[in-house]
Amino acid sequence: MRVKRFIPLAAFALLALLLFKGLSIDPTALPAARLGQPFPDFSQPELLTEEVIGASALQPRPALVNVWATWCYSCRVEHPYLLALAAQGVPIYGLNYKDESEKARQWLSELGDPYRLNITDRDGTVGLDLGVYGAPETYVLGPDGVILHRHVGVLDEAVFERDIRHFFTAPGRVAQASIQEGGE
Amino acid sequence: MIPEIGHLALIIAFVFAMGLAVIPMWGAVRGNSAALNLAPTLAMGVLLFVGIAFAMLAVSFLKDDFSVAVVAANSNSLLPAIFKFSALWGNHEGSLLLWVLILSGWMAAVSWFSHGLPSVMVARVLSVMGMIAVGFLAFSLLTSNPFERLLPNIPLDGNDLNPLLQDPGLIIHPPLLYMGYVGLSVPFAFAIAALLGGRLDASWARWSRPWTNMAWAFLTAGITLGSWWAYYELGWGGWWFWDPVENASFMPWLMGTALVHSLAVTEKRGVFRAWTVLLAIFAFSLSLLGTFLVRSGVLTSVHAFASDPERGLFILIFLALVIGGSLLLYALRAPTVASRINYTAVSRESLLMVNNLVFTVSTIIVLLGTLFPLVMDAFSLGKYSVGPPYFNAVFVPLMALVMPFMAVGPLSRWREDSAARWLHELLVPGAVVVVFALALPLLFGARFNVWIALAVLLSGWVAIGVLKDLWRRLGVGSGYGLRWQTLTPSFLGMATAHLGFAAVVMGAVVVTQLNEERDLLMKVGDVEFLGGYRFELTALSRQAGPNYMADQAVFEITQGDKPIATLIPEKRRYFASGQMMTEAAIDGSVWRDLYIALGEPVEEGAWAVRLQFKPMVRWLWLGGALIGFGALLTVADRRYRRQSTVKSAAIAEATGLAG
Repeated sequence: MRVKRFIPLAAFALLALLLFKGLSIDPTALPAARLGQPFPDFSQPELLTEEVIGASALQPRPALVNVWATWCYSCRVEHPYLLALAAQGVPIYGLNYKDESEKARQWLSELGDPYRLNITDRDGTVGLDLGVYGAPETYVLGPDGVILHRHVGVLDEAVFERDIRHFFTAPGRVAQASIQEGGE
Repeated sequence: MIPEIGHLALIIAFVFAMGLAVIPMWGAVRGNSAALNLAPTLAMGVLLFVGIAFAMLAVSFLKDDFSVAVVAANSNSLLPAIFKFSALWGNHEGSLLLWVLILSGWMAAVSWFSHGLPSVMVARVLSVMGMIAVGFLAFSLLTSNPFERLLPNIPLDGNDLNPLLQDPGLIIHPPLLYMGYVGLSVPFAFAIAALLGGRLDASWARWSRPWTNMAWAFLTAGITLGSWWAYYELGWGGWWFWDPVENASFMPWLMGTALVHSLAVTEKRGVFRAWTVLLAIFAFSLSLLGTFLVRSGVLTSVHAFASDPERGLFILIFLALVIGGSLLLYALRAPTVASRINYTAVSRESLLMVNNLVFTVSTIIVLLGTLFPLVMDAFSLGKYSVGPPYFNAVFVPLMALVMPFMAVGPLSRWREDSAARWLHELLVPGAVVVVFALALPLLFGARFNVWIALAVLLSGWVAIGVLKDLWRRLGVGSGYGLRWQTLTPSFLGMATAHLGFAAVVMGAVVVTQLNEERDLLMKVGDVEFLGGYRFELTALSRQAGPNYMADQAVFEITQGDKPIATLIPEKRRYFASGQMMTEAAIDGSVWRDLYIALGEPVEEGAWAVRLQFKPMVRWLWLGGALIGFGALLTVADRRYRRQSTVKSAAIAEATGLAG
């Protein structure tokens, strides 16, 4: 039974095909339900002022919407970079996701506050509408309020320069054209 | 200048590797002994120039040359010198260079210690290893050049090494692990050389055995150290996570375990030959697969290197060539004639077959679990992650299944044995173990814990098997005195490794069952009781380290009136990256660990604290160390060095030059 000797080779060929297919998938790229669509409207209190706000409050744009929580270790890792971005003048809005507001306020007073404002999303409803997978996540909001890009995981300088910077430097049309790229 | 010298050395090493891959192989086909005998020289050339490249990169790290991209990305001027050095392999490019350095080290060792072997065999083995070196050097030079410069915008300072990696454990963990990973290329090369030569016999198995055991020993040590590092450094007291990257190192280990045992059968009895060759190919293939998984970005893991698809494609093509090529060779050349040597169902051969089956199935189980998320993703069936529940549910019963056979194995006879004799040998010890299994768990707690009873039963059974074998070999009670000479390194190594395995099982079960942990909010002066110990938080302070600022909490631990320890867990904030790190404080002993980790400062003067009481957790690493040490011990066995010239001349004739 010489054929039997080829079984390992055949099994490996299947595995290699799978791995090849795996290469074209980015495991961190999750389908964003809302990509290319306007930011879902909401009616939630702002974290610090406790004044009820909606999607129209996310001005100026383009801007980043950063999903964070005090229970999220990686958010702590990414926090210094958000502060640096805010210092550069990049508008960042926070979505305080499934968190306790008291702890969240304390976090901001201890570590610094990079956010223009913070949507309090205690029950995670805004996150649900947005298709949030977990914290941290960062969305790019276009000048017209459309979600242009989604990044899952810690935002750092490398990611920002590679995937996000151009939304803030390019004119509106160019930003629109890269929806495809961001959505792969 | 220094990085350029390194780069040049790497290119020269590549040329030597090309020569090694081609010239001796050609010599083996054509029977040209001049070409054959060039193999050791070429192997030394690869080692020399890879060594120079490595040294140049190390100098760049130590001299804070931030014009070199990997130095700028992974080091910092404030970093202590030892971590500047280990930062070399804390990244993709540098660790790849370490991989190649270790591969050339193994090549040099093979050429150094193989004087007794037929030169055609040595030439083929080195040449196969040269091919692997070509692949990895090309990978390094073409996609991951460690000497790439950041010119003209040289950063003033580096990004710093990930604080998780700023730890003594991480200085030696990767080199040890790579010694194991890459070491498996030696039995692989021996297997390929034997397939090419067309002779798979006992002498082939005897030549590969010491190398296999040694590589497997390093792999064991590397995995053990990794587990220990995760335990004290990640701050939550876990010791195994079934993370894809851990699995990547665990699969070659499982396959290597099967190989180590299968080689024993092939050497002693000449059976399982095709199977052993296949295992040797699989074990190294799984090392390569692990490299692919870690560096291509197809799987997400906390340990994964920053990766890009281009590198992934390169490794995949290389993987296809190496694994596909060797499996094709296997399909064409593996012995198809059934072995004339027979054995019965009740024999040591059969017991070792059980070992092989269990460990192969375990490997497949881990492989499936690791690749499942990828499969689902590839066919757009959703995002999944496979967690510890799956692995534990399948893996634990498999290990429990193999243990009853482990005690019988060493006592059994080759070819034909009888169940009645096994019963005779093991009845009394077995009864003793049952009594222990029923009595011992009561010492650990008030309630009878059936899992601990099972662990004592199985581990005790394995230990009894080893002790009984020792007893019999020494001839205790025979009236002729103790026969110390029967305790060969082979036997002692096996006995040590088996005892180590039993210890790992005991540790794993006891710490899983009896672990106590408590998450608390504590202020100075607060007291908590856990596992019979009194924990008092006596002070909080802030200390500056060389490249970080640390919040420290001082805990006084007492048992009754007796002071036990003062533990000082820390929460560090690293300057360069702003990253926070938890440094757990541990009071360890053979029977229990007390583990304290600081969480977050919650309000003024109060911290979230996690206290843990972990009984027998050290048995895991102690056991792992014993397994590794045992494997290393077998290499000292005299029969591996007694390859007399008479014998090897005969082998040379038999092996034949015309492959």
